[in-house]
Amino acid sequence: MKTENAEILLRVENLVKYFPIKRGIIIQKTVGAVHAVDGVSFNIHKGETLGLVGESGCGKSTTGRTILQLYRPTSGHVFYNDVDLTSIKGEDLRVMRRKMQMIFQDPYASLNPRMTVGEIIGEPLVIHKLADRKQTQERVEHLLELVGLNAKFYNRFPHEFSGGQRQRIGVARALALNPDLIVCDEPISALDVSIQAQVVNLLEDLQKEFNLTYLFIAHDLSMVRHISDRVAVMYLGVIMELTGRTELYNNPLHPYSQALLSAVPIPDPVVEEKRRRTILKGDVPSPVNPPSGCRFRTRCPIAVDICAQSKPEFREINPGHFVACHLV
Amino acid sequence: MAELLNVRGLETQFRTREGLVHAVNGVDFSLKEGETLGIVGESGCGKSVTVMSMLRLIPSPPGKVVAGQAFYQGKDLLKMSDEEIRHIRGSQISMIFQDPMTSFNPVLTIGRQVAEPLEIHQGMNRKQAYERVTEMLELVGIPKAKDRLGDYPHQFSGGMRQRVMIAMSLVCNPSILIADEPTTALDVTIQAQIIELAKELRDKLGMAMIWITHDLGVIAGLADRMAVMYGGLIIETAPVKSLYATPSHPYTLGLINSLPRLDMDQYHRLESIDGLPPILMEKPVSCPFAPRCTFVRERCLQENPPLLESAPDHYTACWVDPATGRDRS
Repeated sequence: MKTENAEILLRVENLVKYFPIKRGIIIQKTVGAVHAVDGVSFNIHKGETLGLVGESGCGKSTTGRTILQLYRPTSGHVFYNDVDLTSIKGEDLRVMRRKMQMIFQDPYASLNPRMTVGEIIGEPLVIHKLADRKQTQERVEHLLELVGLNAKFYNRFPHEFSGGQRQRIGVARALALNPDLIVCDEPISALDVSIQAQVVNLLEDLQKEFNLTYLFIAHDLSMVRHISDRVAVMYLGVIMELTGRTELYNNPLHPYSQALLSAVPIPDPVVEEKRRRTILKGDVPSPVNPPSGCRFRTRCPIAVDICAQSKPEFREINPGHFVACHLV
Repeated sequence: MAELLNVRGLETQFRTREGLVHAVNGVDFSLKEGETLGIVGESGCGKSVTVMSMLRLIPSPPGKVVAGQAFYQGKDLLKMSDEEIRHIRGSQISMIFQDPMTSFNPVLTIGRQVAEPLEIHQGMNRKQAYERVTEMLELVGIPKAKDRLGDYPHQFSGGMRQRVMIAMSLVCNPSILIADEPTTALDVTIQAQIIELAKELRDKLGMAMIWITHDLGVIAGLADRMAVMYGGLIIETAPVKSLYATPSHPYTLGLINSLPRLDMDQYHRLESIDGLPPILMEKPVSCPFAPRCTFVRERCLQENPPLLESAPDHYTACWVDPATGRDRS
């Protein structure tokens, strides 16, 4: 871990995001809410990679988007260098956004098919009025080379590129404004195995070169372990465990983390033969009516009465090791 | 053990607007009774097309199986009449697909759909069929199976739907089950459930399996033997332990080294394979991996290496031994 005492870049406090469910054609009534993110707190230090893992629908992407104020939170605060992003809007927010960018999951859907690569990567510069046409072109060509593409691709369209190359274009666009923080929302899960390593290595190189801070959202635990300094495990809108990557994988304390880790197959038949799996029963409950108390209790192999009655506090068990479980 | 299936020289092409795509370019493999074969490869390498061709499920046009044989119990599946192959599909060889949502008919109840193979292949009436379906749904772990026969596919979760799919493929007691990326769309904890279920049923019912995936981790714990595909060809095949312990094709080696491992404490930079998989607009005459290979030499660009035994029961299609970097004799 490189960042135990480093300065805190981003502080998320009790972040909540509910999406209302509406019924009715003319008169719309709110009949419920999807509890996508329900009280999430963590810090990201400057220059580190925080991995956010969980199964689909656990709220990890919503967390990423709410941090960037792409969704406005229902409640809670996001401090970026001590500026509360949830309290600013308009031009003030736009200026802050220069420092925070995002790389999206689907490299096919996140690039406008009618724009050239040059326009796509240069658009942030145009929007923020940071460069004239000539400077923009120079910057874009530099960025293309930085992400391992040919500067001659400037006038090409996204459909001329493979998935891995498109994701490099997405990375170049995120870098255009020299951000400090990049939220990587499953940047490799749409790519083939041999291409995933290329993109991950690129992200690591860029981080070293520009001292970038990443929030790396993914469901692939092996990859998250590889790239992250610290890892947060989410389940149904709540962070269950947060600790350093080695600590999490060697000493997972939350029963959900334990089950999740044991479910990941390891590409080695000799190891696989000896492994014992904790297989969780059932499916993830609906975030519309999440279980009372601990969110995980309906699938937890060791749940007791108290788990249904009160929500476990997210507390520091060992230095830097946070767990939300009554039984730890 | 007796050989159940033997595929030789399978070639499949697709006519597209851009030209003829050579998806499968001469694939040989065999499957023994009770054996699990894993077919591994990246998207577009021809792994799904191989098994679809074998079962004659390739839409034609645009697709066409242009060469090869697939012997099942001494008969060539590719030469059978449509009537004959229909008796085999879904009854003796059955298949489960990647996406459990789109592979069910959304307007028919689960009971109807799972019972269909029984009514068609075994001539059961609805009542007998439903009894067998209930049994089967219980076997794959659907709670209150009897009450759920009248439910529609959308009333099941992804993992449950994949269980129903497995039940449907197994109702006629097939001797071969082909699974085409059945867990790719599922979360990792649900994937673990489905794999555990497949193993349990395989051991209980004694069928052979072909499991197609891009996930080298899933295969490691599941298959007896595996085949790695690239550019429409099998480039390496061996028992799983031998293949993971001594990968003998530079592509297999590259794939294994490009994966981060959950049980590795030490940080390693991932080794990536540069370049892109081939676009198969023409049949490869040289090694399809040569443009991305770090061991490439003159011969690789002129001659496509055949699958040769590089170690006992371990077959590799490469002129070079990546362990030593020397030419294979």
